[in-house]
Amino acid sequence: MSEIPGDLKFQKSHEWARVESDGTVTVGISDHAQSLLGDLVYVELPGVGDRVQAGNACAVVESVKAASDVYAPVSGEVVAVNEALSDKPETINEDAYGEGWIFVVKMENKDDLAELLDPDAYAELIEGEEH
Amino acid sequence: MTQHTVLNATHRALGAKMVDFGGWDMPLNYGSQIEEHHAVRRDAGMFDVSHMTVVDLTGANVRAFLRRLLANSVDKLKVSGKALYSCMLNADGGVIDDLIVYYLTEDFFRVVVNAATRDKDLAWIVAQAQPFGVAVKERADLAMIAVQGPNARAKVLGLLSPEARAKAEKLGKFVACDGDGLFIARTGYTGEDGFEIMVPEAQAIAFWNRLKDAGVAPAGLGARDTLRLEAGMNLYGQDMDETVTPYEAGLAWTVALDEGRGFTGRPVLEREKAEGPKRVMVGLVMDEKGVLRHGQKVLTARGEGEILSGTFSPTLGKAIAFARVPAGDPGAVRVDIRGREVPVRIVKYPFVRDGKPCEGV
Repeated sequence: MSEIPGDLKFQKSHEWARVESDGTVTVGISDHAQSLLGDLVYVELPGVGDRVQAGNACAVVESVKAASDVYAPVSGEVVAVNEALSDKPETINEDAYGEGWIFVVKMENKDDLAELLDPDAYAELIEGEEH
Repeated sequence: MTQHTVLNATHRALGAKMVDFGGWDMPLNYGSQIEEHHAVRRDAGMFDVSHMTVVDLTGANVRAFLRRLLANSVDKLKVSGKALYSCMLNADGGVIDDLIVYYLTEDFFRVVVNAATRDKDLAWIVAQAQPFGVAVKERADLAMIAVQGPNARAKVLGLLSPEARAKAEKLGKFVACDGDGLFIARTGYTGEDGFEIMVPEAQAIAFWNRLKDAGVAPAGLGARDTLRLEAGMNLYGQDMDETVTPYEAGLAWTVALDEGRGFTGRPVLEREKAEGPKRVMVGLVMDEKGVLRHGQKVLTARGEGEILSGTFSPTLGKAIAFARVPAGDPGAVRVDIRGREVPVRIVKYPFVRDGKPCEGV
């Protein structure tokens, strides 16, 4: 299990969110989630310009084993998607917190962030799942 | 209560991700399912299949019993060691299970049935065997390791004594022999050459480790599933069950309507054959990105069907599936993926054989 970067926030459903310097929020799935899913073979991205709602499914990651919804951690407009994942979905397996980012949201309400877990709380959550 | 094979701790020590499979705690993968898949297609991989149920049938009337029990004809088995794939049907022609039967001597046949269906299979076999005076004995004392891939046989042969090697080397496809206390069969569930080897439990861990030292890659149930689907092989419970006849499951080739043999389910199959089955199993390939999955709806000109087994094919780099659809010209076929109708092609399967994509796939 790789180190969880300290600047990330997490949902219980295993998405991470990082607030960028311009106030947008980059979203991906956690290293723990990619390891549960196994080799990823397909990512269905949201459209740029789509409005996503915190807690709602807005993307799909598929491994050989299963399809899994990705839930938006914050509400807002999608301003970028990681097109490179279309050809190389395995990037998420290799670098879940870096090159494996999935989309970027222009957040509507900063209060959404308060609902998310900090890295320690998330680490505790997945620790609990494993035992 | 979850059951463990004798290799359970060995899998865990190798870092396997374990899952429940039909009540057994089995390795899903040892890291990367796709790498394990490629190891089998390109070199050699091994699977712990000790969860499968080995049953020895003995008695003077074994052959007569199997003539009645199985939809395929054991009269095709004339040479000791020869194996046959068959369905075992209920009176409605539905598939109770699929199995492999080995002919050893006139009073000794060995059958291998699925793990998840063990209890109902044994109950059915015991009940059917009774009038024939056939003894039914489960061989829980045997572990089973499938070694598969283009280099699998060579790697196994290198571990055998000269006497056992001489016998195993000569085995034709779908034939088994004894040697070094092992039961070695040139069979498999991957579309590659190789052996399925029954080994007494006490020797199983040492044998597994010797295979590993010989360069055979441990592979989990995940890779086993993608390999068998590429190879066009059915999975019981997913591609067929008791509500489906062999004709509706793409298994007509395993049904022998030989003269004068009254097997269980035969009248229903004869009727279905005369009328033509209402549903047929087809192979699907999707050229667009995405993955076909069990349960997705298939749309055809003749009505709706359903994906049975679906997966991403690591060899082809695209999604493949088995689907059951209404018989007749299906027209342009589409699959409903999360509300989107995605075009797919009907193809003849297997999709992959001996490491290469099949023609037309």
